[in-house]
Amino acid sequence: MKKIITIFLISVFSQIVALNVFAGSDGTLKIKNESKKQSAEVKDCFEKINRGIFAFNQGLDKVFFKPIAKGYRYLPKPIRSGTSNALNNLSNVVTIPNNILQGQFKEAGVNTLRFSINTTLGIAGIFDVASYYGLNKLDKEDYGQTLGSWGMKEGCYFVLPVLGPTTVRDTLGSIVNLSGGDPWYNVTIANNTEHFENSDYYYSRLTTGVDFRAKNLEAFDNLENNSLDLYASVRSLYLQDRKRKIQNSNETTETMNDDDWEEIDTQ
Amino acid sequence: MFKIRQFLIIFLVLSLATPLASKEPTTLIAEIVNEASVILSSDDPVESKIIKLNNIAETNVDIEGIGMYTLGKYRKNLNESQKIKYKKLFNSYFLKSFSSRLVDYSDPKISIVSEKKINEKYTIVNTILEETSKNPEIKIDWRIYTKNPERPLIRDLIVEGLSLARTQKEEFKSIMQNNNEDIDYLFKSLEEFIIK
Repeated sequence: MKKIITIFLISVFSQIVALNVFAGSDGTLKIKNESKKQSAEVKDCFEKINRGIFAFNQGLDKVFFKPIAKGYRYLPKPIRSGTSNALNNLSNVVTIPNNILQGQFKEAGVNTLRFSINTTLGIAGIFDVASYYGLNKLDKEDYGQTLGSWGMKEGCYFVLPVLGPTTVRDTLGSIVNLSGGDPWYNVTIANNTEHFENSDYYYSRLTTGVDFRAKNLEAFDNLENNSLDLYASVRSLYLQDRKRKIQNSNETTETMNDDDWEEIDTQ
Repeated sequence: MFKIRQFLIIFLVLSLATPLASKEPTTLIAEIVNEASVILSSDDPVESKIIKLNNIAETNVDIEGIGMYTLGKYRKNLNESQKIKYKKLFNSYFLKSFSSRLVDYSDPKISIVSEKKINEKYTIVNTILEETSKNPEIKIDWRIYTKNPERPLIRDLIVEGLSLARTQKEEFKSIMQNNNEDIDYLFKSLEEFIIK
């Protein structure tokens, strides 16, 4: 039981840390009519408790995650890029089934090809060989996003100790990972195979978190220094990011609540 | 003498009748990026860089509009004196926040990718902040307010799909909600930020 809880915590952590606040879109855009509906009130059901946990997590980040991320930055760039590539490649094992579940068959095909090429020719994903063949990297997908794309509401927003921000929907998505939805978890932990150890799973998850933190050291510092209410800023960024990913808004720059902008006339 | 006067009158009429050249949103961003790049890569002391960056912001950003947007539904409840106080405080808050976000960058390389007109009032310019040894490539979209085409103004930055104005709006809303919707508390928070 303890093992399952640990795995669950690490898995959720990696999902949250790798929420990829700064992950990309292709730049084209449109304002969606439904944007007003999507900018509904935040359901922060346990805000006081959440703020307490958030403060605890901030402290933990200062003494643990941030120093590790800073140390990671000292590694030569090719090592960091290779690590990042390998972890991205590994994430395809969750992205591909979610592509299919969301009806993104073309993306599923591209990701499958990318995974096959990079795992073999790219030596376990260290080198992104697939990009040389014109198979460019696509956005990651997870079960939380799939549930969202099927119409499930996000539910309450809450903050977990160590793991950070999440919603009821995203937590359910993480549970799907641990219930057979993540092939990497299945081959390392759920099933005993000769090729992988349990620790392989833990290391990969932790490294994903450190890699993300290292890439965003300045961005987080900036946010911290310039926020009047850091908790509210992080909550807003997390929820915006999840909405954007669920909409698969590669073709959309989601500016959300346009009605307010339309009202404001300064010229 | 008559000819000179006639010439002057014709010149004046023509100059009044000819509309001022409108500035394309992409041109605006290109100019700002170049100006900021020159400032940030210079050897000027930080204080001097901040002053110059603030000048760019005051000329090219709709600080008042952003301030009103950021206040959300609460802007409708302000009386005139509160409105004046808020505008003043927000202006100082914005400039401090703006320059401190930028001043750490030594020489940011931003390239313009495309632009898309949403309607008469808004155009989005898509740019990319190039990858450095420390940071990955970042996509930045600029929401440009084009109601007056001669003087387009920046209203929002959308970093990798995340709107800074919206984030700030939710931050202010949270401060209000957690303090009995008392605008004075927001003023106090802004003042504390400005003097820190």
